[in-house]
Amino acid sequence: MAQYEIISALTEFAFMRRALVGSMALAIGCAPVGILLLLRRMSLFGDALSHAVLPGAAIGFLLGGLTLPWLAGGGLVAGLLVALAASVAARKSRLNEDASFAGFYLLALAIGVLIVSKWGSSVDLIHLLFGSVLAIDDPSLLIVSSVATITLLWLAIEYRGIVLECADSGFIAATSGNGMRFHIGFMVIAVLNFVAAFQAMGTLMAVGLMMLPAATARLWVERLSMLFVLSWAIALFACVAGLIASYQWDLPSGPAIVLIAGALYCLSLLLAPFGLFVRRKSRHHAI
Amino acid sequence: MAAGAVCAAFIITAMGTDRLGHASMIEVHHLTLCYRDRTAVHALSGRFETGSHTAVVGPNGAGKSTLLAALAGIKSADQGHVHSHGKLAFLAQLSTLDKQFPLMVRELALAGAWSRRGAWRGLSKQDRLQADAALERVGLSDFANAPISNLSGGQLQRARFARLIVEDADVLLLDEPFANVDSTTVDKLLEVQDDWHRQGKTQITVLHDISQVRAHYPQTLLLAQSAIAWGNTADVLTNELLAEANRRAQHWRNDAAWCEVCE
Repeated sequence: MAQYEIISALTEFAFMRRALVGSMALAIGCAPVGILLLLRRMSLFGDALSHAVLPGAAIGFLLGGLTLPWLAGGGLVAGLLVALAASVAARKSRLNEDASFAGFYLLALAIGVLIVSKWGSSVDLIHLLFGSVLAIDDPSLLIVSSVATITLLWLAIEYRGIVLECADSGFIAATSGNGMRFHIGFMVIAVLNFVAAFQAMGTLMAVGLMMLPAATARLWVERLSMLFVLSWAIALFACVAGLIASYQWDLPSGPAIVLIAGALYCLSLLLAPFGLFVRRKSRHHAI
Repeated sequence: MAAGAVCAAFIITAMGTDRLGHASMIEVHHLTLCYRDRTAVHALSGRFETGSHTAVVGPNGAGKSTLLAALAGIKSADQGHVHSHGKLAFLAQLSTLDKQFPLMVRELALAGAWSRRGAWRGLSKQDRLQADAALERVGLSDFANAPISNLSGGQLQRARFARLIVEDADVLLLDEPFANVDSTTVDKLLEVQDDWHRQGKTQITVLHDISQVRAHYPQTLLLAQSAIAWGNTADVLTNELLAEANRRAQHWRNDAAWCEVCE
């Protein structure tokens, strides 16, 4: 009985249990961040960030080896530096957010590649790029679940503000000074989630758990609250299914999880009410 | 008149420092505003009285939008100052509202409660009733539960007015609220402005349609970097003064440095 094997594998092996809890915590934190990135039209921000954290993670690795606290700490510092520098550059100079991000993340990427190729080995680089959810240890689990908790708390406190700031930044600027508090807060939360995700998923795959469930949910529902709920559900499903596939067929876990989310995305493009074949019911009209 | 002389002439106005106990008015003192390195508004002094209903008119580039942004506190004065009393609300010309954002029309109207509820306080039943009444007033009741992406340009402007109604500010600053809006919607929104006028709110509206101003706005500020005239609409919108404003506009060049403040 294949099902029993899978379930017993999830319960029997400590590493599987940790991987399951870890990736579910990731899904809980990453899904709402993805929604907000999507709504701010910053879907590629995660990609920029995945390059931006590289020098920090590489320095962390050189100092402390392949352990999450060092990797995450280094990545966090590098990610925050790039995100804040790019945000400030976007608001103060004539450059748009995407251009200023491109400038800083390319700089960071070059530094990162330089450090890894000079002092690291290609095996380390592969590890950084692709991660391993099955190798989540206790400190990693602690970090991942703390980030999910912080994300949920931040959302609970700032939800109304960040939503209004996303929908109409000029309105918030005119009624309460400026929206910097929400923007900076969100940048920090996004970097935190990204850094938590990259040990498990790898820097390249972490973005997948943010953006794919968000984009998929956007194809199905119109209400913001439903968007959050659905993208949480999709992210959780992708994590569990991806882990099982990874265990069953001995696949790297990051790509497996992202592939499941990607398959759901493609399927939704074909089937969802706001997908390729639009069949919107009940369009409101006046006459 | 030489550029330097305009700037150097220190205009002494009667409204110096006297502070009236009025609840909702805006005073500007020798206000100079730059747009990049050009002078947008030059040495403007005067007062928008409580309950006044003023149209700001003038040629393109006359500094109308820049002035409104400064009155709203979004842009800081490069020289002089702005004193405002009462709660402000600002309707920008170029809306930063993301039309594709998954927000329902009622939620957009309710966003007007942000200025009193802030990030944490709950919305009261009164807030919700107020939002529904505002949607009713602008004729969008049927769309309350529709996403804003379904609205046309005119309907969206109605929805933004509904948000302004819910904001319930004392001083309203509107920058070309009727641009690209059909005449039915304009009439409806003018009615809303009349409501506000009756309620004693102070309104400052940037407009281009002179006949509209004559019909609906008791006061007018004719602006061409500095005030050409400011007072009762009938006295301000004379052919000579309008011609004077246009004459000044013809002399503006991109590289013309009007004032050392902005150089």
